[in-house]
Amino acid sequence: MTTTSLLKHPWKPSASLTTLQARARLYQMIRLFFSQRNVLEVDVPILSQAATVDPFIDSLSTLMMGDTYYLQTSPEFFMKRLLAAYQQDMYYLGKAFRQGEQGQRHAPEFTMLEWYRVGWDDRQLINEVKELIQHCLPEVSYQAFSYKELFQQQLSLDPHNVSVDELKKLAHHRLDTVLDSNDKNTWLDLLFSHCIEPQLPDALVCVFDFPESQAALARIEHNLGQQKVARRFEMYVNRMELVNGYWELRDANEQERRFKADVTYRRRYELPELPYDQALVSALNEGYFPECAGVALGIDRLLMCCLQTQNIQDVLSFPCQPC
Amino acid sequence: MGNYSTNEFRSGLKVILDGEPCSILENEFVKPGKGQAFNRVKLRNLNTGRVWERTFKSGESIEGADVIDQDMEYLYTDGEFWHFMVPDSYEQFQADEKAVGDAAKWLKEQDKVLVTLYNGSPLVITPPNHVELEIVETDPGLKGDTAQGGTKPAILSTGAVVKVPLFLSIGKSIRVDTRTGEYLSRAKDS
Repeated sequence: MTTTSLLKHPWKPSASLTTLQARARLYQMIRLFFSQRNVLEVDVPILSQAATVDPFIDSLSTLMMGDTYYLQTSPEFFMKRLLAAYQQDMYYLGKAFRQGEQGQRHAPEFTMLEWYRVGWDDRQLINEVKELIQHCLPEVSYQAFSYKELFQQQLSLDPHNVSVDELKKLAHHRLDTVLDSNDKNTWLDLLFSHCIEPQLPDALVCVFDFPESQAALARIEHNLGQQKVARRFEMYVNRMELVNGYWELRDANEQERRFKADVTYRRRYELPELPYDQALVSALNEGYFPECAGVALGIDRLLMCCLQTQNIQDVLSFPCQPC
Repeated sequence: MGNYSTNEFRSGLKVILDGEPCSILENEFVKPGKGQAFNRVKLRNLNTGRVWERTFKSGESIEGADVIDQDMEYLYTDGEFWHFMVPDSYEQFQADEKAVGDAAKWLKEQDKVLVTLYNGSPLVITPPNHVELEIVETDPGLKGDTAQGGTKPAILSTGAVVKVPLFLSIGKSIRVDTRTGEYLSRAKDS
């Protein structure tokens, strides 16, 4: 379907019938993959009175009977409450929403696959994600690097020890930007997305052991060099980010401390202030939240890889809005 | 002019960057799943023609530029300025050498051109992609040599020098692609 034809016939779908069939096959394959492994499919609410407080993820909101509800940016919090209650391996395949994310690889409404494995750590889960992706993309080879290795190879620096000033200097030397920040993560993100990602090989690439400051909801452990790292991983197919996973944090106090740190960050940078999920903190406190690893995978992007298209709009039945 | 936030960036949007008027060519949204979102933007500096690639933090704003593209008719040059007119309103504008630049060698009186106005003054003159101009000087034509073979330089009525096939002679009009400076064909009325 060409843009011209969409302009002429705005009622028409943007995806071809072949694309719809490919998506249906992918869903069947995923459901079979998990049912063979006894992982339970769960459904969770899209709407919640708590939002994510992650400073870099914005929620859409709506009014329900006079109260503000947020559309989930991932099913994580509800799934973790289920885990604290039932300690089951489980997965969710459905929609998630993120305000303001729109581009070649982003749509504000998208499909996410998220799953949790009880008793596993991130290393074990990485193997399962690899199996699932290579099942869909049998041709793709696999490589793994620590976050530190990539910075050392491409930029000759150790991201765990480097100072904000050194990162700033390097970023201004390598890139044309006037942005300024005293937040180390901004510079790490800038250098990673602009200088490292484009150099990743044509392969399924796993990046593991993130800086402590980018832990999100992952546990913090020591690497072999006795540096503190977040047991978080990401996976890329041909330089497109597809997967983000954690060896999950279980400590309720630490969870609440991170939520509050995000709230403080939001206040300092004048981002919208939102209620964090106290129910999750209670679930970690009062329930039994098992040792587990969890991961989220962008289904639309996986479908883009299967169909070899560069634009997320090509795999959506209808475009969310013209680019 | 108001400010534009990165989420309003579109190709063709005119903005001011480091004091220079620019046109946005491409805008790519770059966001790690967890982490800061950026917009990687390609812009053309309308003063110098240079293409910049600059990265902004998503949500940052920059100033819009009062830049409009207007179809005009080329009237004449007095040696110092080139004069243009909006056909509907008869409003006239004069452009200096900097604005006209290389376009000067393609300007034929009464041709339609695109004039980019910045704060009301001509900033860039863009000639039509194809123009028809008369050959005023070239070596004598070789009869019968109409198909292929070599080329020779020809000076056109505007002063432009273009390589043309050997069979063309003084007084003939030809079609030229102004973007490449290459001969395309003989003009229809020639």
